[in-house]
Amino acid sequence: MNWQQLIFGRLTWSVFPQNAIAWGGALFMILCGIAILAFITYHKKWKWLWDEWFTSLDPKKIGVMYIAVAFVMLVRGGADALLLRTQQATSVGDSFGILSATHFQEIFSAHGSIMIFFVAMGLMFGLINLVVPLQIGSRDVAFPFLNSVSFWLFCGGALLINCSLLLGDFSTAGWLAYPPLSELVYSPTTGVDYWIWSLQIGGLGSLLSGVNFFATIVKMRAKGMTWMRLPMFTWSVLGAMTLVIFAFPILTVTLTLLYFDRTLAMHFFTAGQGGNMMMYVNLIWAWGHPEVYILVLPAFGVFSEVVPVFCGKKLVGYTSMVWAIWAIVVLSFIVWLHHFFTMGAGADVNAFFGIMTAVIAVPTGVKIFNWLFTMYRGKIRFTSPMLWFMGFVVLFTLGGVAGVIMAEPPADYELHNSLFLVAHFHTMIVSGVLFGYFAGYTYWFPKIFGFKLDEKWGVRAFWFWFIGFILAFGPLYILGLEGATRRLDHYSASLGWQPLFIVAGIGAGLIAIGFCCQVAQLVRSIRLRHENRDITGDPWGGRTLEWSIPSPAPSYNFAALPVVHALDQFWAQKQSGIHHEARYEDFSMPKNTGIGVIIAAFVFLLGFGAVWHLWWLVVIGLIGAIISLLVRTFDEDTEYTVTASEIVHVEAGLRHKNTATI
Amino acid sequence: MTNEFEQGGTLSVDERAKDSTVVFGFWMYLMTDLVLFASLFAVFAVLRGPEFGGGSIQDIFSLPYVLLETIALLTSSFTCGLALLSAREGSVRGTILWLSTTLVLGAVFVGMEVSEFSRLIAQGFGPSQNGFLSSYFTLVGTHGTHVAIGLLWMLALIVAIARKGLSRGNMRKLALFSLFWHFLDIVWIFIFTIVYLTGGSL
Repeated sequence: MNWQQLIFGRLTWSVFPQNAIAWGGALFMILCGIAILAFITYHKKWKWLWDEWFTSLDPKKIGVMYIAVAFVMLVRGGADALLLRTQQATSVGDSFGILSATHFQEIFSAHGSIMIFFVAMGLMFGLINLVVPLQIGSRDVAFPFLNSVSFWLFCGGALLINCSLLLGDFSTAGWLAYPPLSELVYSPTTGVDYWIWSLQIGGLGSLLSGVNFFATIVKMRAKGMTWMRLPMFTWSVLGAMTLVIFAFPILTVTLTLLYFDRTLAMHFFTAGQGGNMMMYVNLIWAWGHPEVYILVLPAFGVFSEVVPVFCGKKLVGYTSMVWAIWAIVVLSFIVWLHHFFTMGAGADVNAFFGIMTAVIAVPTGVKIFNWLFTMYRGKIRFTSPMLWFMGFVVLFTLGGVAGVIMAEPPADYELHNSLFLVAHFHTMIVSGVLFGYFAGYTYWFPKIFGFKLDEKWGVRAFWFWFIGFILAFGPLYILGLEGATRRLDHYSASLGWQPLFIVAGIGAGLIAIGFCCQVAQLVRSIRLRHENRDITGDPWGGRTLEWSIPSPAPSYNFAALPVVHALDQFWAQKQSGIHHEARYEDFSMPKNTGIGVIIAAFVFLLGFGAVWHLWWLVVIGLIGAIISLLVRTFDEDTEYTVTASEIVHVEAGLRHKNTATI
Repeated sequence: MTNEFEQGGTLSVDERAKDSTVVFGFWMYLMTDLVLFASLFAVFAVLRGPEFGGGSIQDIFSLPYVLLETIALLTSSFTCGLALLSAREGSVRGTILWLSTTLVLGAVFVGMEVSEFSRLIAQGFGPSQNGFLSSYFTLVGTHGTHVAIGLLWMLALIVAIARKGLSRGNMRKLALFSLFWHFLDIVWIFIFTIVYLTGGSL
C-alpha cells in the first residue's frame, strides 16, 4: 500500500458520474441541497432548527423529522421508479431506452433499498415516535437520548446512500445483494460497499429504536393500562419491535460478513475456499422476511385505530386481533425459505415452508375480517384515512391471494423471479405499508400540528395513488405470467410486451401525480391552518388517550398522567361524562442535546471511510463516536424540572389560545 | 435485578421506576447481542470442517492455552461480582480494587487472544485461508471485541467512581456493566464448548 492509497483509499478522479443521466441525478441532488441550505440561511433559521429540532429529544419532534426525511427519500426512490418504468416501456427491439444496463441495475438496487430502509422504515418509526408515548399515557420514551441517536443514524445511512449519486457507483446486485454477484470478484467497485454501510448504519438506528420502544411499551404505560387495555396500534408496534429485536442483529451480522469477504478476503459467501453463498441467502431472509412484517404490523395498527373511529364503533374482536399479531410475529420467523424454494432444499423442506406461508395468511385474514365487521352497520365517514383503508383492503387481499399462490413450491418454480412476484410484493408493501402510513399521517397530523390536513387534496391523492397503482402493477401480474423476469432492461419486440409496459409506465406517472397532490395538500393545509385549526384536541371523535389532550400536544404530553380504567379509555371517559379535576405535580423532562447528531456524524464518517478504504477516517469516526458517547455518560445534568405551577400556566394558555380562535 | 442499586429504600418511586426501565432496556439490548452471537454460531456451524488448506481445530489450537484464557475470563467474572458486592457495602476502595482486578484479568484474556490470533496468522491459518477460519476468527474475534469494549467501559467506570464515589448514576452503570460482563462470560462458555472442545470433530 503506497502513501496515496493510505490517504485517498479508493478515491480517484474517475469516481464522478460517467454519463448524462447520472450527472443529472447528482446535480439535481446537489442543487436541491444547496437550495435548502440557502433557504434556511436566508431566513436565519439555523439556530432555530438546531435548538428546536435537531437537538430535541421530544419523540414528537423526532417523529416529524423521521417523516420529513422519509418523504424526501420517497422522492428519490420514486424518481428511480419512474426511470425504471420509462426504460422498460421504451427499451424494446432495436431501441435501447434511456439507461445503460449497468445504470439500470444500479437504479433498481437503489430503488429497493431506499424504499424499504429509508421510506417505509422512516415513516414507520416516525409514526411510532409520534403516537406510542401518547397512546400509552406517557410523557416520553424509555430512552430519549438513544431515540435521538437512532434518528440521526437513520439520517446518516440516508445521506450515505445518496453520496453514491456523486461519488462512485451504487450496487448493481439488487436490493439484497446476493453473492457471488456482490462479492469482490464480480462487483469490484464501491457500489456494494455503499449498500452495505448505508444499510448497516440505518439498521443500527432501527435496532436501537426497537429496543427503545419495546422497553417504552413494557415499562412506561399509564397506571391501569393492563395488557388487554393497550390500544391496537401500540400492540402492533410491540409485535413489530419484538421482530426488530430478533431480526435486525441477523442483518448486522450478514452485512458485516459480506464486507469481510469483500475487504479482508474472507470466505463466508465466496464460490470457492469453503464459502457458502446459500448461507447468505438464508441469513438475509431470516432477517428479510420478518422485516416485511415489521413494516406491515404498525400499518395494520393504524387501520385498527382508523376504522373504529371513522365507523363510530368499537373494534370488533380486540382479543383476536391481539392474538393475530402474535401469531404473525411467530410465523414470520418460519417462512423465510419461501423466498428461495428454487434453492433445491428438497420436497420436505419446501413443503414445510410452503404450508407455513399459507398458514400466515390466516391471522392476516382474521384482521381483515375484523376490520370489515367493524365497518358493518357502522356510521362510516368516508374521510381520506378511511379511503386509504378501503383501497388497502382491496389491493392487499388481491396481493395476498397472489402470495398464497406463490406459497406453493411447484407454482413458485414457475413464478420465481418473475414480474408476477414483483407485482405481488409491491401490492403488499404499497397498499399494506404505504397506504397504512398515509392514513396514519392524515389521522394524527392534527394532534401534532394543531390543524387538519386539507381533505380535498387528500382524496385526490388517494384516487391517483389507487388507480395509478392498479395500472402500474396490474400489467406486471400478466407480464409475469407470460414469462417476463424481473430486472429486465431490454426485451425482444416479438414478445408483444410493450403495450403492457407502457400501461405500467402510465400507472407510475399517475402515482407520481398522487404524490404531487400530497405535496399540494401539505402546502395548502399550512396556508389555511387557521381555518382547519383543531380546537377541541379531538377532531375525529377519538377513542384513545392521545385525543384527550390539547392539539398540538404540549412537549410534556400529559399535564397530569392519566389513569386507565378501560379499553378505549378516552371513549369511556366521554361516555361517562365524568370529568376529574386534574392534580398537577412536578416532573422532570430530558434536556435537549446535540450529542446524538455528533455521534451519528462520526458514524457517517466511519461508514464513508469504510466504503472508500480511508482507514484514517474510519479511526477518526470510531474514536469520535466513542468519545462523544463518553461525554454523554459523564454528563449528569441531563434533565430539568417542570413545576406544577408552570403547568397550570401553560395549560391555561393552551385553553385560552383555542377559545380565542373560536 | 433492580435491588442491585437500590440503597436502603431512599429512592423515590419515580427513580425506582426509572432504574427498572434502564435495567430492562439493557436486558433487551443483551438479547439483541445474543441473537448476533447466535447468527455467528450458526455461520460457524455451517462452515466448520478441515477442508481447503487448513487444519482441523485439534491440529491448530492448543487446548491448555485456551483453558488458561477461559480461567482468566471466568475469574474476572467472579471479581466483577466482588466489585458489585463492595459497592453495595458502600466501599469505594473495594469497588475500585476489584474492578481493577477485573480489568487486569480481562486484559490478560484479550492479550492472550490477540497473541493466539497472530500466531495462527503467522502459521498460515489466517481468516482469508478458508471459510472455516473466516468463521472462527469472526466469531471469536467478535467476542474479543466485546471484551475489549468492556475494558474501555470499565476504565471509564473506575474514573467515574474515583471522581464521584458511589453515586446513584455510578451504581446504575456498575450494575449494567456487570450484566454485560457476565453475559460475555456465558457467550465464552459456548465458544469454548462449541468451537474448541467439539471443534471440527462434529
